[in-house]
Amino acid sequence: MRIELRGASARQSAAARSTPAALQSIDLEIASGERLAVIGPSGAGKTTLLQVLACALAPEAGTLRLDGQDPWRLPRPALQRLRRQLVLAPQVPPLPPRQRVVTSVLAGRLPAMSLAASLRSLIYPSDIPAAQTALERFDLAGKLFERVDRLSGGERQRVGLARVLLAPARLWLVDEPLAALDPAQAGQALGALTAGAADRGATLVTTLHDVEAALAHFPRIVGLRAGQLSFDLPARQVTAQHLDRLYARTQVDAARIRPAETAGAPVEAAADAPAQFLRSR
Amino acid sequence: MAAATVADPRQRDPAWLGRAFWIGAGVALLVPLLGVTEFRPWILFEARGLQVTGRFLASMLPPAMSAEFLALVAREAWRTIAIATAGLSLGLALAVPLTLVSTRALSISALSGDMARGPFVLRLAVRGTMILLRSVPELVWALLFVRVVGLGPTAGVLAIALTYAGMLGKVYGEILESGDAHAARTLLGNGSTRLQAFCYGLLPQNAAELTSYTVFRWECAIRSSVVLGFVGAGGLGQQLDNSMKMFNGGEVTTILLVFVALVAIADRASAWLRRIID
Repeated sequence: MRIELRGASARQSAAARSTPAALQSIDLEIASGERLAVIGPSGAGKTTLLQVLACALAPEAGTLRLDGQDPWRLPRPALQRLRRQLVLAPQVPPLPPRQRVVTSVLAGRLPAMSLAASLRSLIYPSDIPAAQTALERFDLAGKLFERVDRLSGGERQRVGLARVLLAPARLWLVDEPLAALDPAQAGQALGALTAGAADRGATLVTTLHDVEAALAHFPRIVGLRAGQLSFDLPARQVTAQHLDRLYARTQVDAARIRPAETAGAPVEAAADAPAQFLRSR
Repeated sequence: MAAATVADPRQRDPAWLGRAFWIGAGVALLVPLLGVTEFRPWILFEARGLQVTGRFLASMLPPAMSAEFLALVAREAWRTIAIATAGLSLGLALAVPLTLVSTRALSISALSGDMARGPFVLRLAVRGTMILLRSVPELVWALLFVRVVGLGPTAGVLAIALTYAGMLGKVYGEILESGDAHAARTLLGNGSTRLQAFCYGLLPQNAAELTSYTVFRWECAIRSSVVLGFVGAGGLGQQLDNSMKMFNGGEVTTILLVFVALVAIADRASAWLRRIID
């Protein structure tokens, strides 16, 4: 699926009007079948960006086009049909605790299933081999008939990713898939995701905190900082300077740290007055 | 020591004043209510009150245990269970679609901001229907149906079905909305239909709460059917009415014991079902 974002600003619906928007006039073009990672500090707007791309959040200003269509101009049934062609995997795996893994994974197929077929699948899982294959990619083959609440955090996260592999979608939006995974699992999970997207010709947009993993697995990297694009480069052109600028502390932080580093004792005392007050009690 | 030494205003709980105000306001509202209801419990323990209570209780012993009466009670108890179960099932059949239409947890337009106007009005209308269904007491529905379909269990079943459809629909909707909506919203956002999101997201998320509330309502339906029996809707209630009219305390006791047993069974069934689901 081809994505075009023009001057898009967005804020979470619960956010106050007075706070700056989580995304501020972002321009981004993603070709069909492209795979890219969005990196940046916490609170930079990465999740908001994915939600805008997933048609879960309407941009406040600017436009989003998916395959040339503005989803927010479509009538609601057409918008819901368009949503069938994309899958958003949130950072917290959306799995009901009492559900079995096989059902959770096969739920990825729901947009392609009729109501009758999805009810039948609750009585007897419709495609056990497909669920098993997807789980094997994430090293979870033995967990097929376990209940979700018996799994560890990392296992749950990978079940959420295995579900993505079954989705009949042409746009995969994966939010921080590695949060609960150890380095070996992380590499395997990213490998399975990128290979799966490549197999199906799906566009893959992933947000990541692990910069090294992003550089290793994705041909294109987008740096997001305070709601704005910091850089948008092929992975091999991303330098240490880019990353330093992306993750540099905010000015307030910097002002507070610098005096301490340069041994400016009086300044530090002034800046740290509340902290010292707390310590002295 | 800790509380006493907080002199710094920044460390005082900012919510304290509001909390103190609402506790005070609650008490100030409750006290006049006791006056309105003429709440004077000490009358119970005055000599005359104790005498009346004692005589009433004495008349209820021993419970009637003749084989003939027990057979009658067993037959009527079975009928009561049937009225409660049929009424609740019918109510459930009405309540489930009402819930699905009215719950905000399955709103597609609410995925991105506020609910759209059309669906909002529809939900309001369905909620209004449920308020109407449950604000008319089942006793009044029963009086109506006794006129229409005649004396007997059918009137009880219909009365319970209508009132309970309103109650079940409302509380089901609230259970679904107060549970974690993450799974269902993700499914909806990825293009699933509402019924799919319900079956694969909301239902597994809230199954235990929905089950225990439904079984509790079954227990209430058994109690309701007693009251309905008094207006001729059949079952143990009608029998209880007859026994009371004939001042046969022993029979009343037997029937009450059967009620206690039925409620205890409902309680065990609820615990058992919850254990299966969990």
